[in-house]
Amino acid sequence: MAEKHAITVTVNGRLYRAEVEPRRTLADFLREDLNLVGTHLGCEHGVCGNCTVLVDGKSTRSCLMFAVQADGREVLTVEGLAPNGDLHPLQRAFWEHHALQCGFCTPAMLLTAYEYLTTRPDAGTDEEIREAISGVLCRCTGYQNIVTAIRAAAKQMAPSP
Amino acid sequence: MAEVATKRPRWIGKSMPRVEDLRFLRGKGRYIDDLKLPNMAHAAILRSPYAHARIVRIDTSAAERLPGVYKVVTGKDVAERMNPLPTFAVGPIYQHLLAVDKVRYAGEAVAAVVAENRYIAEDACDLIEVEYEPLPPVVDPFEAMEPGAPLVHEALGSNIAYSRTFTFGDVEGDFANADHVVSARLRWPRSSAMPMETNGAIGDYDEGTGTLTIYANSMNFTYFQWLIATSLKIPASKLKVVPINAGGSFGSKFFMHKVPTMAGFLSMVAGRPVKYVEDRIDHILNNDHCGSDRYYDVSLAFDNDGTLRSLKIDCVDDYGAYLQFGTGTHGNALAQVVGPYRIQSVQYKLTAVLTNKNQQGAYRGFGSEVNNWVLERMVDLAARKLGMDRAEIRRKNFIRPEQFPYKIPTGNIYDSGNYEGVLDKALKLVDYEYWVGERERARQEGRYLGIGIVTAQERSVFSSTEFWFWFDQPSFPVTSSPESATITIDPTGKFVVTLHSLAFWGNSPETVVTQVVAEEFDVDPSDIVVTYADSQHALPGTGPGGSRFTVMVTGALVGASARLKEKIKKIAAHELEVSPDDLEFSEGKVRVKGSPDRALTLDQIALKAYMFRLDLPEDIESGLEASYTYDHPYTTLPSADRKDLGVFYPFVGHACHIAVVEVDPETGQFTYHKYAAVHDCGTVVNPMTLHGHITGGAVQGLGTALFEEYVYDESGQMLTASFMDYLVPTAMDVPRFDIDHQETPSPYTPYGIKGGGEGGRMMSPGAITAALEDALEPFGVRITELPITPSKIVGWIQQARGGQA
Repeated sequence: MAEKHAITVTVNGRLYRAEVEPRRTLADFLREDLNLVGTHLGCEHGVCGNCTVLVDGKSTRSCLMFAVQADGREVLTVEGLAPNGDLHPLQRAFWEHHALQCGFCTPAMLLTAYEYLTTRPDAGTDEEIREAISGVLCRCTGYQNIVTAIRAAAKQMAPSP
Repeated sequence: MAEVATKRPRWIGKSMPRVEDLRFLRGKGRYIDDLKLPNMAHAAILRSPYAHARIVRIDTSAAERLPGVYKVVTGKDVAERMNPLPTFAVGPIYQHLLAVDKVRYAGEAVAAVVAENRYIAEDACDLIEVEYEPLPPVVDPFEAMEPGAPLVHEALGSNIAYSRTFTFGDVEGDFANADHVVSARLRWPRSSAMPMETNGAIGDYDEGTGTLTIYANSMNFTYFQWLIATSLKIPASKLKVVPINAGGSFGSKFFMHKVPTMAGFLSMVAGRPVKYVEDRIDHILNNDHCGSDRYYDVSLAFDNDGTLRSLKIDCVDDYGAYLQFGTGTHGNALAQVVGPYRIQSVQYKLTAVLTNKNQQGAYRGFGSEVNNWVLERMVDLAARKLGMDRAEIRRKNFIRPEQFPYKIPTGNIYDSGNYEGVLDKALKLVDYEYWVGERERARQEGRYLGIGIVTAQERSVFSSTEFWFWFDQPSFPVTSSPESATITIDPTGKFVVTLHSLAFWGNSPETVVTQVVAEEFDVDPSDIVVTYADSQHALPGTGPGGSRFTVMVTGALVGASARLKEKIKKIAAHELEVSPDDLEFSEGKVRVKGSPDRALTLDQIALKAYMFRLDLPEDIESGLEASYTYDHPYTTLPSADRKDLGVFYPFVGHACHIAVVEVDPETGQFTYHKYAAVHDCGTVVNPMTLHGHITGGAVQGLGTALFEEYVYDESGQMLTASFMDYLVPTAMDVPRFDIDHQETPSPYTPYGIKGGGEGGRMMSPGAITAALEDALEPFGVRITELPITPSKIVGWIQQARGGQA
């Protein structure tokens, strides 16, 4: 077994120190070591995007990143979207517009949409929303309600005039 | 039922946001891979690199020496300690948990490692040495049928597992008397449900009691769990399967037995809890749930006026190396083989062939989606031959509303329908006349715009006979497919509903239950909690599959509600000193009809039922709980000569999908102008979730039609073993859908509900194929195979242009 490396990672605003094997993926670190199991593994090839988390605000395949690469960085997972128990406007919109069925891709979709709305607070066109979420595969919904929900959330999140 | 039918539904028919969602939105879904047991180990599987080979020798010693490895097992252990896996196959087609003596497809499990973590388990797999003696693989089903072809199962003596011709009605007479016959060779390739979550299980064997607990993301057929126990050679009473939410199935987790059996077996041999969750390659190579893989020769006989008379189907289906569900996927096709049309006779020849590939299982449609595509292709050919409008030839042949219940030539019954109503709604929704005009204008401008229409069936709620009516001497002619529910009102008056199969795999069982129970008792949905029994506590349950769950669980809930209401009324009648018949349920209370002030709340009654025995009538037991097992409400046996297959799939919905596309002939790419879908699956319980099913299913169908294919090379190697090669549609690949409904209730089911879980995928392949063919009509292209890739489109156009690019 390879030598372990000490890392310090901020996850959902909380600082974690850990020792990990160099080959440990960020996904396994989050799921197995921190017990943040809301990040789901769909393919482990970096294609399905179901393991997407935000690293320093950028959407990242946690199956393709090693935990050691997250050293000194900030990670946001679905568990950090609404830490006080309420629903984030995106979560609420996904619920109201039936934008999930099995729920497996939902954390990745939420985080991808969260990142997108930070760059396009008005949500843009349907085409743009579809392009933004095209890196996350959903096998249940056919995507239509996800597009609707992201647009609805953008309205909710817009600062009042 | 009578009581609810007379009053306006309050919760049935409402687009209630799902009660399942809050846990998933927060990342607290508790999927199988999220669960951890104390002292739990992890498994990885070594898979065969050969499609066909004899296993000469396996050396596990280096793997066993790796620190962190607890146990390595091979086919030898399995042969000694286990029975083969369950199957509906007739004849010597046995599948073992790990290959015994030989491997029959690339990816078949050869050895399993149990280790401290998955990393070490996979390291250890690399250290297992297997000596194979490669055998010639048989990959093409037609070569597999040739004399002298390598045999997948030597004991069977042939690769043809099944071949029989069924004739329903006067096929030869109808063909002889028809004005025209069109014929086509059609090809539907292998694809797969491909849920985002793979199959997984945790086995936890308790040596103290000899009980094996298996947590699994599937639990269908609780009355068949003894089959898993039989494989494991343990008493069925000592097997406890605990159902865990599934991250999608679409059929792929339908009676998923191999992965739970694997986790259970490994736990028994390793002496600790063992988790085994397929990775994506495990799943693609080995999920036992590939979809249909069919080659068709089809002829349709019809008259000058467009009357469709008779249908001949000759199908070769490449089932792969094993045959777990027999040929049940063709039973599905036979349930609605003539579609919505008054076709009077049918010949159906099936040849089921074994090859060196992973076996077929269930994928949304279970084989009937293929028949829909085939039949709709043939109807389009007939329309083109006659120069008829493709909507009008369909309209002309529809079974009329007054003809229901309608018996089709195979013997199955269609319960109800108004197909013309659906067609008219769809034509209006898409604005058919407008697009017909646009198509003409586009063609004049040298653009390739096409319209595709399908009008097809969505059978729902299977009975079990389709798994065995193929055989004169079936191995196990089961006729049950029940679903159960238990309703408990706790001492505080709140509801707990227990389901008896794993109903959640992305559908909305808890929402359905909540809506039905709220309707039955007129209580607030927030007072209802839904939970799942494990297999040791489960009443007979079949689970989702074949679009059965909503109908069947509603039947169980209505039955359990009636029992519970009777008891509640007796308690309340005793207290209020009235006759139980004078009481009614309203807004969380039981009240005297006509004097709403004389009422008891459910929590008052519940408290009495649990705590105040001396206030109860003499013959009433303490507590408030009732269960009901609802059997399939309409199923009959096949005739002995199999000229009538009986009623086996009688709640038949209908849909019309219309796609409008425009093709770029240079690149083979196309864009959607419009996609409209109108469905009729009886009474709608929740329009919002039904829309979700239709949209998601239609997108899966588009995946099958346009992108997805399991490609094996001539040596039996899978060439599409990752999402880089097996293309699941992304958000950018699919259209926006306009969806509408018509509601024609079933006369046979509670509330008139029909199943609606598969209709999207049963329609969209036909609609997109027809639209693309219509767009390419100026080139005279006939589309006879899927997937329709851009390179194929360009090739067809080049061919039409005489090889000129």
